[in-house]
Amino acid sequence: MLAYLVRRLAYSVFVLWGAVTIVFVVLRVVPGDPALVILGPDADRAQVLRLRHTMGLDQPLLVQYGHYLIDVVQLHFGTSIRLGGDAMGQILLRLPATAELAVAAVVFAVTVGIGLGTAAAVRPNTWLDRAISVFTLVIQSTPTFWAGLVLLLVFARQLRVLPSEGAHGWQNVILPAITLGLGFLAMVTRLTRSGLLEVSNEPYLSTVRAKGLGERIVIFPHAMRNALIPVVTVIGLYLGSVLGGTVVIETVFSWPGAGRLIADSISYRDYNVVQAGVILIAALFVVVNLVVDLLYGLIDPRVRLGGER
Amino acid sequence: MTATLTATPVRVRTERKPGTVRIVGSLAVVCFYALCAAFGPVLFRFDPVAVDTRNRLLPPMSHTSGGHLVLFGTDQVGQDLLAKMMQGARVSMTIGISALLLSGLIGLVLGIVAGYFGGPLDSLLMRLADIQLAFPGILLAILIAAVLGPSVTNVIVVLSISGWVTFARVTRGQVLATKRREYVDATRTLGARHWHVVRTCILPACRAPFLVIAALHIGDVILAEASLSFLGLGTPVTTPSWGTTIASGRDLLGTAWWISAIPGIGLAVLVVAFGVLGDALRDRFDPKLAGR
Repeated sequence: MLAYLVRRLAYSVFVLWGAVTIVFVVLRVVPGDPALVILGPDADRAQVLRLRHTMGLDQPLLVQYGHYLIDVVQLHFGTSIRLGGDAMGQILLRLPATAELAVAAVVFAVTVGIGLGTAAAVRPNTWLDRAISVFTLVIQSTPTFWAGLVLLLVFARQLRVLPSEGAHGWQNVILPAITLGLGFLAMVTRLTRSGLLEVSNEPYLSTVRAKGLGERIVIFPHAMRNALIPVVTVIGLYLGSVLGGTVVIETVFSWPGAGRLIADSISYRDYNVVQAGVILIAALFVVVNLVVDLLYGLIDPRVRLGGER
Repeated sequence: MTATLTATPVRVRTERKPGTVRIVGSLAVVCFYALCAAFGPVLFRFDPVAVDTRNRLLPPMSHTSGGHLVLFGTDQVGQDLLAKMMQGARVSMTIGISALLLSGLIGLVLGIVAGYFGGPLDSLLMRLADIQLAFPGILLAILIAAVLGPSVTNVIVVLSISGWVTFARVTRGQVLATKRREYVDATRTLGARHWHVVRTCILPACRAPFLVIAALHIGDVILAEASLSFLGLGTPVTTPSWGTTIASGRDLLGTAWWISAIPGIGLAVLVVAFGVLGDALRDRFDPKLAGR
């Protein structure tokens, strides 16, 4: 187990290094002069040269890369051109709001998704099952920002039961969290349904039934515990999409989180902040997947015994 | 809850292959959109810079001052929303299909190289795929698009870069499963070169999973394009895609809901059609791919 842990940890560090390198490649090697991008097309030659020098862009690429890696390890991402202050500090300042939104979205998706998935699985191929599968297909196919706009239109503008934007109270988190969780909700519903149907013929459930326990107890917890194994893995994978989705959703709802800061920084060409935000989200994603991988062994003993996956 | 938990009954259909209705139905919807994209802008003239202040913000099913019926209403500069959507269909579908083909090609080539030759090249490519997947959702696309700036070509490039991994992984898996089969060994024993083996033995085996992934992926590409355009990183204003049209109606949600709502429905219907098509193709060709 320890050997596995060390190997898995080392691989996470490797992936993080790779992600950080990709960001470097995109920002420095992709055609286009970062100094020119920051100053805009109207800047004169001397200004560009001066900024290139202060940014270290006149040095060889490998030297730049070395400095960059050292900076990243020390969490130095430069200062924010628009807001002043440390770029990573600005992102971290807004991270709690994003975390609140992401947690609310995941809680919404998991609770409703398991409910819908169970409802579909206990009566397979009925109208309810079909309705639920059509519902999941539709919400997977709608653009999330559009779903957000429609929810705003219906609940904030027409019915006036929920506030439209900002983050002043618990009511504010409802609409953005639902929007952010929709894709995940569809995924959890599908996985719960197929997971339950898959275990429904397992001999151990016959044992539970033979003991005379009611069908409710057969499902919770006996069938559910094994059916939910894939759901846990996917939570890790999907939390990444949720974090990526915050860039769009926070913009729709004017939610003061890290995602909206990234979106705003893009339009103000504040690349230090964009870089800090992207790297932080990638790092969070890698860590979450590591944790999920390790938890997996706890939930499913077969993995632990195998050691190598 | 009194219902019992039972396995899905296996239904035997002898006269029809599985999913025929779904494949035909979804293809019909896709063809309808393709026709709208191809001929719509010819029938309904759309001028991206035209301004018609007398006919601003007309609701759906109303008549313009010139007496024309505007089925989907008009936008904030008086343009017919239907014409704008037809033009948007052209832009969004061109981007979706080009990005799909490009990422599919990159993924197919890299997947075959990785799976067929194996060794350090395979490890390198698969590690690269792992690293790229460290960027969640469309974050990498957002980053690259922000550096490249908004243009149709750039969106295609950005979405191809973020899409190749799935194709490469599925192709690689298929190649690994195929290359040790007896008929491949037989071909090799007869003296066939690598290129011949790949062309006649490996590629045909990759066709079905490739088609399935393509149908499932194109919906994602179209959605990603819309999200990028919504953030102002997609297509420029002069070539309005569905994403830019939805975004342009955002501030008018209270007064003119149709500018955002109708293109969104149009987009969702197309993506649903691709989703149904992908699922049906998967059921028919490759049940093992379920859940990817």
